[in-house]
Amino acid sequence: MLKRTHFNPSPLPYLLVTPQILITIIFFIWPASQAVFQSLLVEDAFGLKTEFVWFDNFIELFSDQIYFNSFGKTIVFSSLVAFLSLGTALILAATADRIVRGATTYRTLLIWPYAVAPVVAGTLWMFIFDPTLGIVAYMLDMMGYDWNHRLNGNQAMALIIFAASWKQISYNFLFFLAGMQAIPKSLTEAAAIDGAGPAWRFWTIIFPLLSPTTFFLLVMNIVYAFFETFGIVHAVTKGGPAGATEIMVYKVYNDGFIGLDLGGSAAQSVVLMVIVITLTVIQFRYIERKVEY
Amino acid sequence: MAEVILEKVVKAYGKTEVIHGISTAIADGEFIVIVGPSGCGKSTVLRMIAGLEKISGGIIRIDGREVNNLEPKDRDIAMVFQNYALYPHMTVFNNMAYGLKLRKFTKDEIKHRVDQAAQLLQLDGLLERKPRQLSGGQRQRVAMGRCIVREPKVFLFDEPLSNLDAKLRVQMRLELRKLHERLKVTSIYVTHDQVEAMTLGDRLIVINEGAAEQIGSPLELYEKPATKFVAGFIGSPSMNFIEARLSRDGQSANIQGDVRLALSDDGAPDFGDRKVIIGIRPEHFNISESNPQAIPLSVDHIEILGADTMVYGRFADTPDLITIRLPDIHHFKSEKVLPLSVAPDKIHIFNKDTGARI
Ligand SMILES: Nc1ncnc2c1ncn2[C@@H]1O[C@H](COP(=O)(O)OP(=O)(O)OP(=O)(O)O)[C@@H](O)[C@H]1O
Ligand SMILES: [Mg+2]
Repeated sequence: MLKRTHFNPSPLPYLLVTPQILITIIFFIWPASQAVFQSLLVEDAFGLKTEFVWFDNFIELFSDQIYFNSFGKTIVFSSLVAFLSLGTALILAATADRIVRGATTYRTLLIWPYAVAPVVAGTLWMFIFDPTLGIVAYMLDMMGYDWNHRLNGNQAMALIIFAASWKQISYNFLFFLAGMQAIPKSLTEAAAIDGAGPAWRFWTIIFPLLSPTTFFLLVMNIVYAFFETFGIVHAVTKGGPAGATEIMVYKVYNDGFIGLDLGGSAAQSVVLMVIVITLTVIQFRYIERKVEY
Repeated sequence: MAEVILEKVVKAYGKTEVIHGISTAIADGEFIVIVGPSGCGKSTVLRMIAGLEKISGGIIRIDGREVNNLEPKDRDIAMVFQNYALYPHMTVFNNMAYGLKLRKFTKDEIKHRVDQAAQLLQLDGLLERKPRQLSGGQRQRVAMGRCIVREPKVFLFDEPLSNLDAKLRVQMRLELRKLHERLKVTSIYVTHDQVEAMTLGDRLIVINEGAAEQIGSPLELYEKPATKFVAGFIGSPSMNFIEARLSRDGQSANIQGDVRLALSDDGAPDFGDRKVIIGIRPEHFNISESNPQAIPLSVDHIEILGADTMVYGRFADTPDLITIRLPDIHHFKSEKVLPLSVAPDKIHIFNKDTGARI
């Protein structure tokens, strides 16, 4: 082992990690601890005095039916977003892996949505589906289907699911494609000689070998659906109609900044924080061990 | 079991033609080796037979049936890949059973066949392992097993031993040959290792830049190479080539000045007085002190290998080093001049322009 004295004590290493530590403290540790602190307080209606109430905010939260509804909506929303965007991306990547002509164009086009900001993506979808102006809404109307996501909660939910999935497809596509290209071609060739058709090869060879990628993406997509879809919801439905699309992140914002219930909103964000930490831990656990195949 | 026939098979990628019309007939039960330097198109030929590459021209027949437009799975062939291509997420058993399941064999039949192959390949006891828990040699055997269980008409091998270390390679080579003698399945084997080619093949196809230079038994190729390329490729260390001028009657060859080699009885009268390439294998030189016709070789350096001694030297002022293999151990100082002779029937003559044998 090298002795300590082999290294001259130098401030350089500390200097080099300082920016990272500062960023973590300013943008993560400090706001997080503020949120935790806030979640233990109650402010009166006029903002004149605050009172330390221990876990009252949480108790109230967990006995609130509306919060549980929001939780349920978030689960539905994130599972559908993860399922849709992963499924579509997988199909697209499998196609991209096979085609030779125009492959570069195809890939580039598929990556574009990732560069679009959530709010812009949301606005885009909102326009397409706008009940009075939107082209899709118009076409649905011609087919005799009445589309109005401003009134119909299920339609509103469907719309934000589509928008959020669409935006995430590129990201998933990139990882799936990279994963597929890392699988030696000779494996599928061997399977072809063994007698497997393209679809069977995909399900028995490629898909199982992609499972580490799929698992990683599943966690990433859930995290995305839980936290990064705020912009989309805000642009498309603002949580409406009548709270039908009020997923958890959006409720944090709504209760805190619109409803001005700072303590309750902080308690909600603490819950979200616990969820993301759990997901991250699971992720790291599995990445360390690798998904066994 | 089946015969495989190639008729003027051509392969082009876009405008570049990489295989220029190869024709051959491989008999039922024959072990044929395709050999050639890297990039000459060996794998391409094999992959065309397997159906993994579309052919651009010509006809491939397996067991009398034209297979040009058949999918790999319908050709009834099996292939061992260079990297084995074992399915990493399946056990050894499932690796071998994959093709059988697809062909709708019963559970009992599958188990019977896999067990039998495992026994033949000494894989019993490893059937529940995943490929990554196996050694290189064991993986190689599993890849073989996956082919055997299907009892296909033709086995295709693409450099299956090149990932193994030297000792294991020799052992697996022997096992492959034994296996072939037992199963008698038509086999096509690609390698760039000419020792593998010579020891395994009933016949060899030597490919150079996408064209078959010569097709024949290992001994034919060694004793009567059809071209300078084949002569240089087969045999290790490779044949010495010396530029020479034939005498007017074609009965002897002049190497620089008055160094003269007698040729075999009929000589090459058609090429009298022309410049040619003389080829002599390192092992065909003899030291003959008493021979007045001996050609003098000035020693440059030697390598003592134990069983043999390799001598490197020059004839008079020829630029190229000549390699000579002498049995036993010899200690020659550099600059020493050795009197050498060569039996006339061991001298090969090649056309200087075309490289064809004269
Ligand atoms: N997809 C392709 N597109 C264009 N050229 C190709 C393609 N695949 C192979 N080639 C060319 O075809 C020629 C033959 O390739 P092949 O793989 O058959 O060589 P090989 O004899 O198997 O060599 P090695 O011993 O290195 O495996 C090479 O010159 C190679 O560059
Ligand atoms: Mg090759």
